[in-house]
Amino acid sequence: MANNTYDAIVVGSGISGGWAAKELTEKGLKVLMLERGHHIEHIKDYADSNKPAWEYPHRGGRTQKMIDDYPVLKRDYPLNERNLSFWAVDKDSPYVEKKPFGWFRGYHTGGRSLMWGRQSYRLSDLDFEANAKDGIAIDWPIRYKDIAPWYDHAETFAGISGSKEGLPQLPDGKFLPPMDMNIVEQTVAARIKDHYKNKRTMIIGRTANLTQTIPGRPSPCQYRNICSNGCPFGGYFSTQSSTLPAANATGNLTLRTFSIVTDIIYDKDTKKAKGVRVVDARTNEALEFNSKIVFLCASTFPSTAILMRTATDIWPDGLGSSSGELGHNVMDHHLKLGAVGDMEGFEDKYYSGFRPNGIYIPRFRNLPGDEKRNYLRGFGYQGSASRESWSRQVAELSIGADLKEALGQPGKWTMGIGGFGEMLPYHDNMISLSKDKKDKWNMPQIVFDVEFKENEKNMRKDIVADAVEMLEAAGVKNVKGHDEGCEPGWGIHEMGTARMGRDPKTSVLNSNNQVWDCKNVFVTDGSFMTSASCVNPSLTYMAMTARAADFAVKELKKGNI
Amino acid sequence: MNRRELLKMIAAATGGAMIGGELLLSGCKSETKSAPVAFTAENIAFLDEVAETILPQTNTAGAKAAGVGRFMTVMVNDCYTKDDQEIFHKGLTTLDDACNKMHGHGFMKATPEQRKALLVSVDKETNDYIKKKADLENQQKEKQKQGQEKSTDDFKKQTMPNHYFQQLKQLAIFGYFTSEKGRTEGLRYTPVPGKFQGVIDYKKGEKAFAGLT
Repeated sequence: MANNTYDAIVVGSGISGGWAAKELTEKGLKVLMLERGHHIEHIKDYADSNKPAWEYPHRGGRTQKMIDDYPVLKRDYPLNERNLSFWAVDKDSPYVEKKPFGWFRGYHTGGRSLMWGRQSYRLSDLDFEANAKDGIAIDWPIRYKDIAPWYDHAETFAGISGSKEGLPQLPDGKFLPPMDMNIVEQTVAARIKDHYKNKRTMIIGRTANLTQTIPGRPSPCQYRNICSNGCPFGGYFSTQSSTLPAANATGNLTLRTFSIVTDIIYDKDTKKAKGVRVVDARTNEALEFNSKIVFLCASTFPSTAILMRTATDIWPDGLGSSSGELGHNVMDHHLKLGAVGDMEGFEDKYYSGFRPNGIYIPRFRNLPGDEKRNYLRGFGYQGSASRESWSRQVAELSIGADLKEALGQPGKWTMGIGGFGEMLPYHDNMISLSKDKKDKWNMPQIVFDVEFKENEKNMRKDIVADAVEMLEAAGVKNVKGHDEGCEPGWGIHEMGTARMGRDPKTSVLNSNNQVWDCKNVFVTDGSFMTSASCVNPSLTYMAMTARAADFAVKELKKGNI
Repeated sequence: MNRRELLKMIAAATGGAMIGGELLLSGCKSETKSAPVAFTAENIAFLDEVAETILPQTNTAGAKAAGVGRFMTVMVNDCYTKDDQEIFHKGLTTLDDACNKMHGHGFMKATPEQRKALLVSVDKETNDYIKKKADLENQQKEKQKQGQEKSTDDFKKQTMPNHYFQQLKQLAIFGYFTSEKGRTEGLRYTPVPGKFQGVIDYKKGEKAFAGLT
């Protein structure tokens, strides 16, 4: 068993797992990283990263067969011909929906760090204090000052580009130079600022695309905007481009793919984890790996499911269930709504390159001192202005050479913004393990019982109305608001189910992401989130993972775990 | 496609009817299984000529040189629902009949001028149809919205079928501008821009930039 023993085991290789592996190996620990899916080698395995449109049989579209094969993925944008191999195959990954929940997963080395949207924002004390102030759920056990240095650390290493704005609700960070806005975005930003007297702002998005080289990352972004196919230049942050090479460089990392963790080996005498049990996804062989600490970074629901399957002889509902909160408080962001319109003029201006980023309108509702809305919390918008492409309808031109010529040129300017709203943590929004339905490795399927409630529904009305009002105030014409409806999960920002807190009676993790009931197990993916904020969460997972790794190694050295 | 593009495309598609867009976006299309009907070499030649009439050779390649006819058959076979496949196949006959009626012979025998005259007329008829369909769908959407206020049950959507010429025109445009010829000749193809410039001058007539996809 000697070669099955490590200092630390990291379960999962996505954004959180990659960070855990990097931080722990750099601190000298021998680390085993377990990935349930197949390996994807940086650059070499990005089959579609240099493929032009015409080499896709359906030019990137979706076929009826894909729609049949992917009953979950088809519900939103991920199902297309371009990077299909990066998404988990629905039929191999079944789950139960008591209420609709769209679960879009990446089961391979790098997880969804390969396909993520790369928008990177800091939470603020507006977020960390929100639950306590509103009397919702429980208080976060940390405040902004606790995480701020770790945001610095995460941004510096990951390479986040953005502009400093001095906004209390969206703290500035260690940014690479910001990307440009185009002429219409600049105009709209200036008019919004003017119209709302600085109370609302539109800024360039903060994104994990390199606007210049940083150590270890020789090539900056090339502005192709096909990041989610994998970048042959390593122009954006992913496990493969960033944390995995850093961890490998230490000589301390072992990566094992096709390794599905069934549960943590819990020693009831020491009240500590001894390692993990694994089933090999290809051979079904049962294996055990031992370690001094375990980092669960398997993504929100799988990490919680591992806890639920652990030490059930002591706690029938699993490790961490003594709180009564394991599996509860599922959160996501709600989206698919906003407004779009036309901007007249500016026909003598254009832009070049394909920016993998848009504009961002930080939260402006329910800020301290503002009038209270009929809902708690708030929302931000992402969007962009652009000139219409060949895909536009040219009603005035029928067919023929004129049509072809016109479509080959940029069309009128349009501007669109889409909201990302905060979802409250509700105890009854929960996952559980099915008693009878199993997957092909005989593991119980996860059952989803999650819905948006009144607060989210009320907020959605403001998201559309405010989007329309702002675009109109900025001089955009023919503004149309839209709300396409949204299922939980579609934000692909799964959060909650093993929240942090100050009290083991009401939380699964303490302020260091440590499981209250098992001090050498840490959970640092989205499951630790105590509330959702309205900003994209991945940067927070990076920072909190690095913070927890630092704490874990110190505790290990002190002999406390 | 990423989420930002999607949000914008959905919004832009509201009120319009972009079957190409639906192909890329829709998660709620009818579940009817597709049962491909074979296209013949004659069909492909016919489609090439229709597409060429929509997007003809000028100082840049036309749709026929870009292989759009064959591309259309792939899309119809693989991506269209059974209903849309039927509309498409019937449409080929309908179009040929319309040509007979207007010019006294079928489309393949018609001159480029005759073909253009025919498609201009069919295009006009199609636009009227699309407008009617969009109005109906907007009414349905309103009803659906009101229904959703009370319950979350799905509101069965009643709608008009797609028009065959809308399919032909959209597939021609989609096929052409995503083809190698269309992208490299009909657009300014820049697969690796290397930088992003937010504001540059633009003179009317200059082509739009196009990337890898």
